[in-house]
Amino acid sequence: MAWATVAFDLLLAVGLGWLAWQSMHGTGLFRAVVSFMVFGLLMALAWVRLDAPDIALAEAAIGAGITGALLLSALSRWPEADGSPDVDRRRRWAPGFWMPTAIVLLSLLGLAAWRLPAPGLGVETAAALGLAGVDNPVTAVLLNFRAFDTLLEIGILLLGAVVIWSLGTLSQPLAPTAPSPALPALGRLLFPAFVLASTYLLWRGGHAPGGAFPAGAVLGAGGILMLLAGARPWLTSDEHGPWRWILALGLLAMLAAAVGVLAVGQDFFQYPPALAGPLILLLELTAGLSIALLLFALYLGGQPPVRWDRGPTP
Amino acid sequence: MTPYLVLAAVLFVLGLHGLFVCRHPLRKILALNVLTTAVFLLLVTVARLAEPLDPVPHAMVLTGIVVTVSTTAVALALAARLAAFGRGTGGKRRTDGS
Amino acid sequence: MRVVEWFGGLLVLLGMPFFFSGTLGLLRFPDVYTRLHALAKGDNVGLGLVCLGLGLQSGSLAMTLKLLLIWILMLIASATGAGLIARTAMVRGIKPWGL
Repeated sequence: MAWATVAFDLLLAVGLGWLAWQSMHGTGLFRAVVSFMVFGLLMALAWVRLDAPDIALAEAAIGAGITGALLLSALSRWPEADGSPDVDRRRRWAPGFWMPTAIVLLSLLGLAAWRLPAPGLGVETAAALGLAGVDNPVTAVLLNFRAFDTLLEIGILLLGAVVIWSLGTLSQPLAPTAPSPALPALGRLLFPAFVLASTYLLWRGGHAPGGAFPAGAVLGAGGILMLLAGARPWLTSDEHGPWRWILALGLLAMLAAAVGVLAVGQDFFQYPPALAGPLILLLELTAGLSIALLLFALYLGGQPPVRWDRGPTP
Repeated sequence: MTPYLVLAAVLFVLGLHGLFVCRHPLRKILALNVLTTAVFLLLVTVARLAEPLDPVPHAMVLTGIVVTVSTTAVALALAARLAAFGRGTGGKRRTDGS
Repeated sequence: MRVVEWFGGLLVLLGMPFFFSGTLGLLRFPDVYTRLHALAKGDNVGLGLVCLGLGLQSGSLAMTLKLLLIWILMLIASATGAGLIARTAMVRGIKPWGL
């Protein structure tokens, strides 16, 4: 059956290359966006083939799902959708510029990959896994061994949401102009399923592929579905409680954990092995909630108004 | 794993080409996404070649995917605002293709 | 046990023609409504058969139930999505083929 897997890999690689080309040079922006979304979904398949199920989950939920929703929403808000020619035929200098740049960057990238220490860190990670508090090596790396990366990453998400919200307030209604009675019903019916699926992913993250990022993405996608079904994003209004703080909760919890362990005589972000398991679960919970709301905030494209005086009826 | 190494190189060149040649900002953002995917693919394929499987690049790529989505969202918001802003003033004449 | 696995493989194979005809309809039918019709019908039955077959092959009840849950969610999402696309096309004034 070896030839079958090789044929599958080749087919997948050719399809991915074609979709990438379509997403940049296909006619029409809508086709480009849809090609990119399919590209993301097929990438998830490629990650599975490369023995990276964690990345496959994240790519399907974030790379294809949330990015696709972002792109489609941006496309609908674009002032003039599809009037201009998409590829600049007049840039004659382009091949003379991009080809040397591509060759230089590609060889640098190849050199960097070639010079990587050969066996990787698989042995070291497996040896230290007993101290990590979780069984899934990727979760252990993300939230224990290299938790600093994750801290900065949640910081970048928060920064992105702050930048987008400070560009202005949300002006246009987010629900589709031709609403269907099925969509609000579907939103109400499926939102508990979204909560359930993301809780399951979060719980699974300790011992199998899953964790805070896919869980947050699934929950955020549920929020976007509710938004499309006509719900109001009341993140900024205080009458429903201090929901805005959840945006920063993940970052604050990680910082608190990083600094808190200093008090018991450990280094920055060095969890005591006995406490590592519960601590990571707590961090994943807070980070998952924050990631869900942050992705939702990124999708909004502007700060939701504090008071809904003349907003659409729910 | 050779198809995936070749695919990473092809996607990298495609993404860079699109970044330079496409004129619509949305396509440029898509090209940037393809470019990051190429780098992720290289990292994960290298991790796959290691024995045993190296989880550290996997975690880095997970981090990278989330950073990419925030970058994409900010770039989309900025580009849409810029297009709406430049439409009235004529400042975007060159990139509007008139 | 072996019989169940064979049966699962048979179900997966049975699902393939449905995907094939759904894709064929997507590529060959003349307008958006007939294409949606082909996709929402063919692929849903195909996916159901493939999920059931894979569940039988996995040999565990929990996995089978999870796969069936995926199928049910997919049915709901595909029905709603097809309805939304058709409604948006109607509002935009796309006439059905032959009218």
